[in-house]
Amino acid sequence: MSKENSRRDFLGYSFAAVAAVGVGASLISMKKAWEPVPSVLAAGFTKVDLSTLKVGVPKTVKWRGKPVFVLKKTQNMAKSPRDLVINNDRYTIAIGLCTHLGCIPAWKTDVWKCACHGGIFDASGKQTFGPPPKPLDIPMFSLNSNIITLGETGQEYNKISKALV
Amino acid sequence: MAKFEKATSISNWLDQRLNTTGLKKVLMTEYWVPKDVNFLWAMGVILAMTFTMLVVSGIFLLMYYKPDVNLAFDSVNYTIMQEVAFGWFFRHMHAVGASVIFLIIYIHMLTGIYYGSYKSGREMIWISGMLLFVTFSAAGFSGYMLPWGQMSYWAASVITNLFAGGSLEAWGVVEWIRGGFTVNDYTLTRFFMLHVFLLPLAIMGLIGLHFYSLRIPHVNNQEGEDIDFDIEAQKYLDGNKKESKVVPFSPVFISKDFAVLGIFFVFFFYLVFFHYNFAMDPVNFDKANDMVTPAHIYPEWYFLWSYEVLRGMIYDLGSLKAGDIGLIAFAIANGIFLILPFLDKDPKILPAHKRPLFRIWFWLLVIDLIVLTIFGKLPPTDGNALVGFISSVTFLLLFIILPIVTIIDARRRGNL
Repeated sequence: MSKENSRRDFLGYSFAAVAAVGVGASLISMKKAWEPVPSVLAAGFTKVDLSTLKVGVPKTVKWRGKPVFVLKKTQNMAKSPRDLVINNDRYTIAIGLCTHLGCIPAWKTDVWKCACHGGIFDASGKQTFGPPPKPLDIPMFSLNSNIITLGETGQEYNKISKALV
Repeated sequence: MAKFEKATSISNWLDQRLNTTGLKKVLMTEYWVPKDVNFLWAMGVILAMTFTMLVVSGIFLLMYYKPDVNLAFDSVNYTIMQEVAFGWFFRHMHAVGASVIFLIIYIHMLTGIYYGSYKSGREMIWISGMLLFVTFSAAGFSGYMLPWGQMSYWAASVITNLFAGGSLEAWGVVEWIRGGFTVNDYTLTRFFMLHVFLLPLAIMGLIGLHFYSLRIPHVNNQEGEDIDFDIEAQKYLDGNKKESKVVPFSPVFISKDFAVLGIFFVFFFYLVFFHYNFAMDPVNFDKANDMVTPAHIYPEWYFLWSYEVLRGMIYDLGSLKAGDIGLIAFAIANGIFLILPFLDKDPKILPAHKRPLFRIWFWLLVIDLIVLTIFGKLPPTDGNALVGFISSVTFLLLFIILPIVTIIDARRRGNL
């Protein structure tokens, strides 16, 4: 290899090193720029008063832009380890987005039916038909007498998540 | 410094500086096209013109559209549709153009498949064309979000959810794409950027590559005849125009293109003025509401076939969930056409009517795509879901058997 060539190689490699650092740093900044901004991430907390619920009629509340179903179960509805139990009342709390592709299932008599691809969830939020791969997700919540706060992690939430593992 | 002489005319002045004579030869007067082609060979020029119409109508919409969740819906449905003079015209032209361009893309693609114009030297034409199809799909999807109606919102929601990868639950990816937990203002604005800048830019670059990739292998002909373009071009240049099997792209071939283009534009503007409703879903005239999913969600007609492959997989397979199989099948359906040149093992370029088994394969593919499209629109009741399942599986099987089909054809002919 001639002297001239190796000097040109040196220039090439040093440019490649500078360029690699620059490209890498730019890609990181571009990736970060697409992330949700802090005001979106710090979306607030939603409170629901369970004593206002009618038995067997789910209520839909909005939390972090997502619908959350809160249902006070009737005596005929099957028990589930997913239930929040207060005294003798059983409640289903679930994120109301189909676990298949995120449509909002609608309440039909005693199940949630998804219009998009035909998935069905029972009163406990468990999938019973169609493409949904798993039950409706349970949002983090905490309990204070009859009021739940979505977005906080309380011991009742931990107990239910532990029972599901 | 090159030598410059005093110019004798404006074109001579340009010729000395830009070699316009050489450029004209390369691009037009000595770019050879076989004589043995039909109107289906005009689809490329039709697509280029339809894309131009989308760009022009898009520029006019861009001047009044506002990419903000509070303003978008009214800026389209009130400002553009009711206040701006001819705003309705540009919107209908854009919506109809987006739909029609996919119709022509599908005809263009199926023409290529029928005549075997994707292999033995023409692979890059096919691959750049399929990349165009993918970018056009992304442009169609991102554009559909902009009017911010119910279908805009829920289609965006469902499609961005696909990136969670089903049971993989990669929610970080979905939130990264959306810029939030759900489809929101930031999602709308970034998709607006993609739709009006990045994707059109990519499309223009790919169109350049697509045209360039044609220059060396030249276009195919109706009977798959192996033409020596140098010999045939020389015959033409020597004045034996009748014996030569080729004509120059311009001014000879392009005159036929323009004739087909004229008929196409009459059809296109008939749709724009009298039948624009097919491209205007009534559900999308309700403003986006993140708390109510419309009773039945379906994409625009041109995405229905792959959408049906996605939701057609209704049975679990061992530990694989139905939803995950659908997602994998959907990914395959969108990528499989890209590798078509390598699945066809027949070494000869021949039209389907000279390849007995491939001919059956081709028409089965066409029928299956039509069935998938029809059932993609219907609600997924038990019977419909079953038809969807069968036609989705058929679609995948067709590509699995393609190498075998083409090998058998080639063996019987004695080419393999």
